Amino acid sequence: MTDLFSKFDPIIAQREGLLATGVTDPFGLVMEKVISPTVALCNGRETILLGTYNYMGMTFDPDVIAAGKQALDDFGSGTTGSRVLNGTYAGHKAVEQALCDFYDMKHAMVFSTGYQANLGIISTIAGKGDYIILDIDSHASIWDGCKMGDAEVVPFKHNDIEAMEKRLKRVPEGAGILVVLEGVYSMLGDIAPLKEMIAIAKKYGAMVLVDEAHSMGFIGPNGRGVAEEQGCLEDVDFVIGTFSKSVGTVGGFCVSNHPKFEIMRLVCRPYVFTASLPPSVVATAATSVRKLMHAADKRAHLWENSRTLHKGLRDAGFQLGTDEPQSAIISVIMPDLERGAMMWEALLHEGLYVNLARPPATPAGMTLLRCSLCAAHTAEQVQTIIGMFTRAGKAVGII
Amino acid sequence: MDRAATAEKIAALIEPFNKKGVAITDAATFAGDLEFDSLTVMDFVAAIEDEFDIIISMNAQAEIETYGQLVDAVMKLKG
Repeated sequence: MTDLFSKFDPIIAQREGLLATGVTDPFGLVMEKVISPTVALCNGRETILLGTYNYMGMTFDPDVIAAGKQALDDFGSGTTGSRVLNGTYAGHKAVEQALCDFYDMKHAMVFSTGYQANLGIISTIAGKGDYIILDIDSHASIWDGCKMGDAEVVPFKHNDIEAMEKRLKRVPEGAGILVVLEGVYSMLGDIAPLKEMIAIAKKYGAMVLVDEAHSMGFIGPNGRGVAEEQGCLEDVDFVIGTFSKSVGTVGGFCVSNHPKFEIMRLVCRPYVFTASLPPSVVATAATSVRKLMHAADKRAHLWENSRTLHKGLRDAGFQLGTDEPQSAIISVIMPDLERGAMMWEALLHEGLYVNLARPPATPAGMTLLRCSLCAAHTAEQVQTIIGMFTRAGKAVGII
Repeated sequence: MDRAATAEKIAALIEPFNKKGVAITDAATFAGDLEFDSLTVMDFVAAIEDEFDIIISMNAQAEIETYGQLVDAVMKLKG
């Protein structure tokens, strides 16, 4: 018998090799108690959270919590059904309306996760004979959406406008084209030149999908994302987003002005063949989305945190993913996986939780310590974080 | 351009990525013999696409394992 698991042997060996050095398993961390959006109890120690996507600190917002509790009382714990059959509750319509209002768009469709939103929309709208032109550093959910559909998949070098145009130019006459971009690329925290890229995509008759998962709530005058910030949101055909980051719960969505968009509810399999989000989740999401429409002060504070941390870490001698802070993600580049894991562990001992990101999730085989800031981090916490990084970096010998 | 000329052009484009000086035969594989990783594949495919003004989609790439198969695919794609 061939063991179907033998294909995983290289990664099993790599993992065992890493753990044999004595470092704590970076993927085994458990948060025993979450005290606030920025602090949790990890392995019995109070730890500052700098590795969540809780950008706007909405997870403990009293209005959000109250809405969830009310929905549990009024609608129960779950829908036990698909949106198409028995799973559409008032709360689902309410959160979709909140998204239409937030983005000022005509249609919104909510999925059970952000992953499923990309999977469903991309695999459904780009079919046989169509072309998907996408950035090579796209998120796994985008790649999986491509793989699930029947379109021709054509990647281009990250954020390379010329490489994108060359490929658009070569698409056979008459073929449908979907260009897939992200506002913020979450590994390095860099943003896309959406305005230029979308203008070119439109020149070649492409439809454009932009994943704004890591920008919602704090980039753009109304928090609609990088496309809004760059003044090209109206040229985006489909915006993909998530409730699991700034919104502070779970779920994914697509908003669009396409006149035929509603048909997606019948043809998009990852929407049809899965249970809808629980009432408490959509209630918390709707409340949070509406509050994010009026969060200018929090946005300003988040940007201040991002600038302070970026400067602090750069001045301390760390190599960062971007020259300037472009989002709420500050990525610290590690020399290799082993020292990355050592640094991650040293930070945890300091009382700081960050993301250890490694290939294949990262571009160019990099190991990253990814810091994601929260609007609820105080200025003092950010200074504390810089101090922890500096001490840990010296102990591990990275700076 | 006939197959021999196309093959020669492709062989020349492989050279900068052929760090170990592996002999380029029709049966030479990109992943195995030439040890191309995913980043190398992206740059190499871009070079081929630019040279012949074609698209080699990921779907098409999945069918191409050897140098000989690549030459055939390019012949077909440029029509």
